[in-house]
Amino acid sequence: MTGYKVLVVEDSPTMRQLIVFALKRIRGFQIVEANDGVDGLKKLSAEKFDLILTDINMPIMDGLKLVSMVRNDPNYKETPIIVITTEGAIEDRERALALGANEYITKPIQTMKILETVKKLMSV
Amino acid sequence: MSHHDEENDTAGRADEFLQVFKKGAEFTQDLLKENERLRFRVVKLEEALKEKGPDVVADGPEALELKKKILELEQEKEEILGQIKVVEEENQNFANRYVEIEEENNMLANLYIASYQLHSTLDFKEVLKIIQEIVINLIGAEEFAVLLLDEKTNLLEPVASEGLEISALPSIAVGSGIIGETVDSGENYFIESMHGYVCDFQKPIVCIPLKIKEHVIGVISIYKLFEQKDEFTNVDYELFTLLAGHAATAVFSSRMYSDSERKLSTIQGFIDLLTK
Repeated sequence: MTGYKVLVVEDSPTMRQLIVFALKRIRGFQIVEANDGVDGLKKLSAEKFDLILTDINMPIMDGLKLVSMVRNDPNYKETPIIVITTEGAIEDRERALALGANEYITKPIQTMKILETVKKLMSV
Repeated sequence: MSHHDEENDTAGRADEFLQVFKKGAEFTQDLLKENERLRFRVVKLEEALKEKGPDVVADGPEALELKKKILELEQEKEEILGQIKVVEEENQNFANRYVEIEEENNMLANLYIASYQLHSTLDFKEVLKIIQEIVINLIGAEEFAVLLLDEKTNLLEPVASEGLEISALPSIAVGSGIIGETVDSGENYFIESMHGYVCDFQKPIVCIPLKIKEHVIGVISIYKLFEQKDEFTNVDYELFTLLAGHAATAVFSSRMYSDSERKLSTIQGFIDLLTK
């Protein structure tokens, strides 16, 4: 059992389910879901997470703002963040990485790519 | 025996001993010489061995035995290398098969989630929203429209779109153009080449009929993919067909539910009027 806590921030319930379903294939991951950036921040402050996966285009607070705020929190300076988005432009990728995201994955969702990235970042 | 005789006897024995000693000395000399000769011969042979290498003994029985052994080992090595090659190829095949099965698994998992979500509600608008989410996030489409068939007018009416202004989209007659023909034939349409494609509502790059068995209730027509997705994969084709079936039943049942709810509400209104 790895016992890692993972936060999935995604506004689309269907996509959230897809990501959660994929992550459940890694043993021992405890997965918590959030609907948008604000909900994500609330959950991040309530308990400590070891990995964050976030979409970019979300209502109320988008994923880039969330990444930026998470990186300014001393508790989450080193926590791996994976951005999963439809935005495929190089400048979008660079912006997300500059703000502190560790990995940038574009949609359509490729489960194998998500799992490979998570395993690489978490060494599981 | 007299004293003189004793002296003679002693002298004889001493002489005899001297002779034996001399012979021993000569024998030792001969042995030393022979030793020297043999050592010389050994040195010579060693030099020859160094110069000529294994050829010096190439024809000896031991050498022949060794050569035979080497041949056997060489053959064994070749056989083992051959087996390793076969095992490596098998490994590669298994690895490829594993990747294929993983992809298939993921596709089925995605389909499971998608169909679960599609059938999780009877709200027509929500069903349309879920279809949009799936086409965006699973297929990778940036511009597309969902059109449903109005069986009274026999026209396809746009009911949802992404990246396109829905109010600007026209109704399409069944049998007219690519979209209309897709409804007629019930077959998926894919453009032959996306190279140089210019967006035209009447000419989508993909048109998928929403079918319940052979009954077409509408289409999903796609006009643009995300820039990171430049072509469709084999999985996409399967996904399209499977999703279209689930989307069709979800749309159909939610529409029927909405209609029955509306009718029920009307009937209830009448009953209320009559009973009050």
